[in-house]
Amino acid sequence: MKRGEVKLITDGKRIDGRKPEEMRNVEIKLDVISRSDGSAEVAFGKTRVLASVYGPRALFPKYLQEHETGILRCRYSMAPFSVDERKSPAPDRRSIELSKVIRLALEPAIFLEDFPKTVVDVYLEVIEADGSTRVTGINASSLALALAGIPMRDLVCACSVGKINDTLILDLNGREDNYSEVDMAFAMMPGKGKITLLQMDGLVTKEELKKLIEIAKSTCEKIYEMQKNALREKYRVSE
Amino acid sequence: MDSYVLELLEKGKRIDGRRLDEFRKIEIRENVVEKAEGSASVKIGETHVIAGVKAEIAQPFPDSPDEGILIVNAEFTPLASPEFEPGPPGEDEIELARVVDRGIRESKCIELEKLCIQPGEKVWCIFVDISVLNHQGNLLDASALASLVALRNTRIPKLEDGKIIRGEYQGKLPVIFKPINVSIAKIRENLLVDPNFEEEKVTEAKISVAVRDDDKICAIQKQGSKEILFEEIDKIIDLAVEKSKEIRKLVK
Repeated sequence: MKRGEVKLITDGKRIDGRKPEEMRNVEIKLDVISRSDGSAEVAFGKTRVLASVYGPRALFPKYLQEHETGILRCRYSMAPFSVDERKSPAPDRRSIELSKVIRLALEPAIFLEDFPKTVVDVYLEVIEADGSTRVTGINASSLALALAGIPMRDLVCACSVGKINDTLILDLNGREDNYSEVDMAFAMMPGKGKITLLQMDGLVTKEELKKLIEIAKSTCEKIYEMQKNALREKYRVSE
Repeated sequence: MDSYVLELLEKGKRIDGRRLDEFRKIEIRENVVEKAEGSASVKIGETHVIAGVKAEIAQPFPDSPDEGILIVNAEFTPLASPEFEPGPPGEDEIELARVVDRGIRESKCIELEKLCIQPGEKVWCIFVDISVLNHQGNLLDASALASLVALRNTRIPKLEDGKIIRGEYQGKLPVIFKPINVSIAKIRENLLVDPNFEEEKVTEAKISVAVRDDDKICAIQKQGSKEILFEEIDKIIDLAVEKSKEIRKLVK
């Protein structure tokens, strides 16, 4: 079976019963790791990712320090049991690339220049993978950074979009991810209208690409409300 | 140097005198390594990369038992730049190789189904190895172009009793499209095609777009530590599609 050859949509319904532009159930838990400066767990359906933030903290060895700014480090990792076939815990090429793009997706949102010579570490652990792990991880990281009290320009919201059987879809699950004709990972600062992550593979026309970006944008705006509500709920003062 | 690049940009100029939407001079040489099944040397300005293709016999992946395998790997040789260090591949090398891989793979330019020797047992595994020899910026476009040209002149080795006869060939690797990678840098409100090393240093965000012969887009990757705006994406895609046509003419 190859990309684009698996029937993933029947009568307008996807394999998990969703409509093309329907998100899976989103679950947000905050402060799940007590020793962490800020942590969050975000689930999109069965995909579940933990993010934990440490810092700003002293950066060693010293030659790594930047005198004008703090630095951000991200590590994306998949638990060996999170996928069908056991994944070796050592970072593979995919994890290394994802760690980099996640860092670049979060970096524009953080006032790193306020913390020269320090580091902010964001650790992501995929507990269960069913597609869209990087974007789920970005949402978790955004919340964890906010909870850690890191000054931010905005929250970062992310989602995946794609194309299966010639239909544009939102929030790919694992099987859709594997056999989609197109998949795109997208992140933005919704309050600022700025894109911080854009990765696409598969064949699209310019028009389809535009439409995909539109779907992603409006979804990120919805996720923005979810993130804000989760944070508000946590800091709500009971009367 | 950084402020010089920015000062000139304010006047709409680049440090090497190019227009904003102009590539540096591109020089392609084919078959530069005789031992390789296919090879190419690409210079974009002073940036220089070599791509070499080797074919080996491998077991196919279980989910595609009758298809050949493509593997792209990149090495930033320490001789190419003072920033490069020996050692295991870093995140930039890995990202570059994976973005080049996606451009080629998603364009479906290689007919992988024609690379099956024995279904489920033996297929051709096509290794594309990229060596960066001089880093003057925009390694990605140079690497993608060198890989494409090398693949297009790749020959499949002869087989005898299931063994590869080195130096003898049975035919060409079937490559039916020419996906072209175009990288566009955002510096303040300017969009620059093919940023050189000095420009990359002040680049806020960079978008690399792989475009196929039919103007379909087959891969996109945003790089750089700053954000990009929605209207800029539209401009970048249009510009990339337009520039890809120009570069494609250079590929035989």
